[in-house]
Amino acid sequence: MENILWQDAFWIVLTGSLVAVSGALLGSYLLLRRQAMIGDAIAHSVLPGIAAAYLLSGGLHSAPALLGAASVGLGCTWLIDTVQRKGGVQNDAAMGLVFTFLFAIGVIMVSAFGGNVDLDQECVLYGELGFIVFDERYWGIPRSTLWLGGNLVLILLVIILGYRGLFLTTFDPEYARATGFSTGRWHYLLMALVSVSAVNSFESVGAILVVAFLTVPAATAHLLSDKLRNMLVLASVFSVAGSLGGYLLAAWLNANIAGAMTVVLGLQFALVFLWHKRLRASAPEASPQLSR
Amino acid sequence: MKDLLQFLSLQDPNVRYVVLGTLLVSISTAVIGNFAYLRKRALVGDAVAHSVLPGICLAFMLQGSRSLWVLLPGAFISGWLALMSIELINRKSRLKTDIAIALVLSVFYGLGVLLLTFIQQGERGSQSGLQHFLFGQAAAILPGDLSLFAFTGALLCSSVILLYRPFKLMSFDPAFTQAMGWPLRRLEWILSTLTVLAIVTGIQTVGVVLMAALLISPALAARFWTHRLPRMIVLSALFASLASVLGCYVSFRQSHMPTGPWIIVMMSLLAFASMLLAPEKGWLSRRLAQGQHQWKVNAENLLKLLYHSGEQSGDFQIGLTREGIIAKRYFSPLMLRLQLWSLLRGAWLSKEGQHYRLSERGMERGARLARLHRLWELYLTRYLRIAADHVHDDAEAMEHLITPQIEAELEAALDYPERDPHNRDIPR
Repeated sequence: MENILWQDAFWIVLTGSLVAVSGALLGSYLLLRRQAMIGDAIAHSVLPGIAAAYLLSGGLHSAPALLGAASVGLGCTWLIDTVQRKGGVQNDAAMGLVFTFLFAIGVIMVSAFGGNVDLDQECVLYGELGFIVFDERYWGIPRSTLWLGGNLVLILLVIILGYRGLFLTTFDPEYARATGFSTGRWHYLLMALVSVSAVNSFESVGAILVVAFLTVPAATAHLLSDKLRNMLVLASVFSVAGSLGGYLLAAWLNANIAGAMTVVLGLQFALVFLWHKRLRASAPEASPQLSR
Repeated sequence: MKDLLQFLSLQDPNVRYVVLGTLLVSISTAVIGNFAYLRKRALVGDAVAHSVLPGICLAFMLQGSRSLWVLLPGAFISGWLALMSIELINRKSRLKTDIAIALVLSVFYGLGVLLLTFIQQGERGSQSGLQHFLFGQAAAILPGDLSLFAFTGALLCSSVILLYRPFKLMSFDPAFTQAMGWPLRRLEWILSTLTVLAIVTGIQTVGVVLMAALLISPALAARFWTHRLPRMIVLSALFASLASVLGCYVSFRQSHMPTGPWIIVMMSLLAFASMLLAPEKGWLSRRLAQGQHQWKVNAENLLKLLYHSGEQSGDFQIGLTREGIIAKRYFSPLMLRLQLWSLLRGAWLSKEGQHYRLSERGMERGARLARLHRLWELYLTRYLRIAADHVHDDAEAMEHLITPQIEAELEAALDYPERDPHNRDIPR
């Protein structure tokens, strides 16, 4: 433990928290909309977009590269939808077909151009959060941290400004349509945010562990609360705690930080799961209520 | 061409091991995948595949060997634990299946990554080669692995043959299976265990992330070609073998190309192609059938319209111009020209100057349509007690569908009527 550089540790934990909180906020909506697996599919399928962005512009840190890569995520949701409606394929199989197809293309691109670009298979699978301390710095802040900060601000802006639209289309799509909210538009807005987040988080945590941040904190929070606002806050708290705990675990084992963060988030879930079961066994079931 | 022959002759022992290994794995996975597909368990397969990673790492840490005979039991246990966790979360909390799947998948995978990176920084870690399980490395298949693949393949296929009947029942109607006296829970348990076994055996070929495709895509493709389960199973095995051979061939030609992802790409392309092109259930032939029906409906509507107009004016010899037709019922001008041309060619109509009028057989068919329309309206008002002003739209659709046999039954049921609810003649 003595070889931890506290300043580096600060940036790593902060960046990890930014990834995790972005995931937790979006994940809460995905969970309530029963679209958790679409988040999984998007996270896998942005890979070909990312590989293309590396090949064409050498990295993800420019608006065109970021948006180009994220558009593949939106394309994936569109393709799943098309396979389901035009092909008459059941939902789970449509997802399984589309995202493995796109991910396989991504892996092929990475191994075909691997020699020419700064992108390898390890990076795809689990990212390297620790490397951000070697990033270029702007005003003393690592570049990835800045981008991920921007990502979180964007998500917060959408959630605050579009709170009512997201809320209504999540809980009562019928009513939302009747009062003039387009469910399709809010759906694609959320999917776009998930895609942008997946791309932004790629260098830190890879293409697959993003799913953990989209899923685990939101699920833990949902065990404890019915109210959307409480869920968002709780999930964010769990994420930050998971990021800190994960960093300490990784430093102790000298292993991958994103993997360790996921394990800590998983432990949080397991504890809450056991505790809430005891809670439910002793207390009479409260009727679930929807409220702001 | 020379390359292709060299590849297909399987003379190179490396090529032989890789091709045989991937064939064994992909066929046995595809066979069991049919049931996963029909029971809508595609994504559970995905979760199990991701979840074998920590088991592999722990087995390596305990045994220090990377022989498949050592690693696969570890993989099997952790895949199976993942399956149980999904079920536990599902039953004991309010979280839905999809979130339970995503959660278990990512936490197990994260644990695997933690252990993997922990192993890799140790002294023997760099040679462990464990990262091959992530994307798969078909090129590393050894003769010893082949016997393992053959063993599990035989186990899977023989179980499917032995338990074919209950597995089939379960896939389509679990409640009925139970009612027939089969032990449903135990059968589900066996099927899940077999699925985990198939996934675990396949990960060396395509890796944990892409394994779900090997399970699902062949069954998905095969489903478009047949309605019968035995044929579907055989077809899915054929598709899987074709994709495997194609994938192996690509990486044989281009040595830096990974085999596993290419197999998956080929498999997905086969699935997409089936979705588009398969007879009957494919998108293209369904669109074609729709178009044909629309064409027939349009033609019949034209004949009926000319008949109505003759009925109103009392003279069937006047006929109508194209403008006259469009004024009575909208057709797009191009479509109208095409339809009229084809009706003229079939001698349903004749043309004099600008006027189209019914030929003898056109007259007969127009009269029959008007008759079916009116019979159906009468049937709806008399037997279903629907008001006379509400029956037109339904009759408009039914007149194109009623067969002579139903026509006869309708007539008998309505006691050979003369007039419809709008008090128009029902033509003979």
